[in-house]
Amino acid sequence: MKLKATNISFKYPSAKNYLLKDINLELDNKKIMGLIGDSGSGKSTLCKILSGYVQKYEGEVSFDDAPLPKKGFKPVQLIYQHPEKVMNPKWKMKDVLGESWDVDEKTLSEFGIQKSWLTRFPQELSGGELQRFSVLRALNPKTKFIIADEMTTMLDAITQVQILDSVLKLVKERNMGFLLVSHDMDLVDTICDDKIYLKDINNI
Amino acid sequence: MANSNNGPSIYNPFAKLNLRTKTLITIGLSVFILVIVVISSLFINSGDITTNFQAMNKPPSFEHFFGTDWMGRDMFTRTLKGLGLSVQIGAGASILSSLIAIVLSFIGSTNRFLDGVISWLVDLFLSIPHILLIILISISLGGGAFGVTVGVALTHWTSLTRVLRAEIKQIKTSDFVKLSERFGKSKLWIARKHILPLVTTQIIVGTILIFPHAIMHEASVTFLGFGLSPHEPAIGIILSESMKYLATGNWWLALFPGLSLLILVLLFDIAGENIKKILDPTSANE
Ligand SMILES: Nc1ncnc2c1ncn2[C@@H]1O[C@H](COP(=O)(O)OP(=O)(O)O)[C@@H](O)[C@H]1O
Ligand SMILES: [Mg+2]
Repeated sequence: MKLKATNISFKYPSAKNYLLKDINLELDNKKIMGLIGDSGSGKSTLCKILSGYVQKYEGEVSFDDAPLPKKGFKPVQLIYQHPEKVMNPKWKMKDVLGESWDVDEKTLSEFGIQKSWLTRFPQELSGGELQRFSVLRALNPKTKFIIADEMTTMLDAITQVQILDSVLKLVKERNMGFLLVSHDMDLVDTICDDKIYLKDINNI
Repeated sequence: MANSNNGPSIYNPFAKLNLRTKTLITIGLSVFILVIVVISSLFINSGDITTNFQAMNKPPSFEHFFGTDWMGRDMFTRTLKGLGLSVQIGAGASILSSLIAIVLSFIGSTNRFLDGVISWLVDLFLSIPHILLIILISISLGGGAFGVTVGVALTHWTSLTRVLRAEIKQIKTSDFVKLSERFGKSKLWIARKHILPLVTTQIIVGTILIFPHAIMHEASVTFLGFGLSPHEPAIGIILSESMKYLATGNWWLALFPGLSLLILVLLFDIAGENIKKILDPTSANE
């Protein structure tokens, strides 16, 4: 499995200068990679490009040597920093989860999700609790590659480790690719097999 | 402590509770009166409003609250029956026009071109005087309750369409809709499951707020003679008939039915505005 970016350049329509310039990157499912960069350096933007969220960019992103599919389930899923933004406020949590896949009880308890949470609305759960759902949702059996964009930044240390442990276990089990994006060097060092600095690959 | 503070402070939980309770009571009362009017009007058989030449042109009294007309018919009963009919036509027209608004705003959200067409249609319909258009549509459909209902519905979908259009546009840019697309969900699925639940409030409030317009327009078109037929016990008919007798001093013939109509319209407006307050998403979690 290979997620490959070739000569990616990107500039927000409202901005004057390029944010990303001629980025080349190759990721696979053999190593857990970490992407490090200062805040505002364009990490999230690159993630959106790699996962096909942003589609107007220069260069190419390919997954297993084919362009990212325009329709249907996207094999590269992005986990956001703010889980509450990716949940419909009028939906119960079991529907939020069910929108992606039917999660079995064992996986639910592995991610520390209590049964009673399933009948609540997103506003009735804490950030850490919501992020468990958001993560689990991205772990659809059809997902091949996960990009976690500062997914644990807003959580306390214990929750952070809990969630990352459960994710990595499943990622290894299913042979998925995983990219951890963070500005936290220590976290990347403990979790990832290898790391990339955005400023090293970004030719602005 | 909190009780001694009578000022309307948003930091005072009692004031908040009172406001909410007040709103609920207002809604309850107005809906209650409206339901009473509709139900009691259903029990009045038009045939039962008998002519009684012993009691012609009687001013209001305890026996006849609204007086009697030139054929000795009880005006209170006629008014009640007329109000019931008004509400029915109002309901038909409001629901129909909301359906039009829902369909158009969702169609508009599918692509830029259709959105342009629909916003052009909205502007077009807003630029023609309502009453003129209702009369034209009503006449071309052969008048009657059907013609008036369709006429009012076809002229009152614009404001709700505007509201829904803006709302849907905003929801479509939200991250949870984008994520849903990434899960491979179809546009129709997203419209039904994500967008519709988030605009039901606007739809309910919008529908109720069309009521007063629908009722007023129905009455005025009927009054002008382009609406319901003279055999129907409509308020518009009562008012236009009463005009002939106003000169002879029978002031009650027009005053009470007209006033009742105004109160009815006001009740719908009050109910709608208060339901909007209760359902307002910004205060839903308080
Ligand atoms: N939608 C947008 N439109 C214009 N500029 C944006 C937009 N999103 C982010 N930016 C700008 O792009 C830069 C990089 O943002 P981002 O990719 O979120 O960085 P990071 O995730 O590394 O903190 C920031 O300066 C930010 O202000
Ligand atoms: Mg970021």
